[in-house]
Amino acid sequence: MNEAVRFHFVVDGEDFTSAGQASVQVKKNLRKLGISPEIIRKISIAMYEGEINMVIHADGGEADVLVYEDRIEIILTDRGPGIANIDLAMQEGFSTAPDNVRSLGFGAGMGLPNMKRYTDDMKIESTLGEGTTITMTVKL
Amino acid sequence: MKISTIKELLDAEVLCGEENLDHEVYSACGSDMMSDVLAYVKDQAVLLTGLVNPQVVRTAEMMDMVCIVFVRSKTPTEEMIRLAEESGMVLLRSKKRMYEACGKLYACGLGVNGEVK
Repeated sequence: MNEAVRFHFVVDGEDFTSAGQASVQVKKNLRKLGISPEIIRKISIAMYEGEINMVIHADGGEADVLVYEDRIEIILTDRGPGIANIDLAMQEGFSTAPDNVRSLGFGAGMGLPNMKRYTDDMKIESTLGEGTTITMTVKL
Repeated sequence: MKISTIKELLDAEVLCGEENLDHEVYSACGSDMMSDVLAYVKDQAVLLTGLVNPQVVRTAEMMDMVCIVFVRSKTPTEEMIRLAEESGMVLLRSKKRMYEACGKLYACGLGVNGEVK
């Protein structure tokens, strides 16, 4: 079995304006690998939403993108406060983002549902006070 | 519709991407909420917005959009212009308000889903 191509990024939690840098880079990398534009868009949007979430809620984190022959996995890990109620967080329109984030055009409670919508599988593991790991898979 | 036509219809200034004004676009959307753009927009090539921060350009880039129109004379920062230039995007600025700007483009044939009106 072939080894996956892996991209690793540290998502800076200090600065909201820099959020999304990793997603932009992933988009470029996937284009170089010859992945179809439709798949690239799904991955980019899902990862971008995840990156924004990590900056808003968890002071940043780490992102790994693994490209296999038949699928792409995005693993987002943070050491933030954790998600108290995952079912509630998955509801469209539910948000705990502060008002200043809304004035920047985010925090509408669409992030997690959107990540699920654009990927074929999404798993959330979260422990209060310890952090959250989200694994998303898009089939190729 | 060519991006140059959008520029004319909205009396807009070109802030960057002059070389791509001949690019044809088939649909557009208007929003100040990037969350909604990421959730509801599909294949729209132009974003009209009154929001100014770098995430506007990144959102448009993630959605494979090719042009952003800033309405109400909102002016993007240097950093935003640099980000847009890097991805070959056209940035326009118009004095028109969102409602009028969207209405004008829609009435002249730029639809929601790329359908020909």
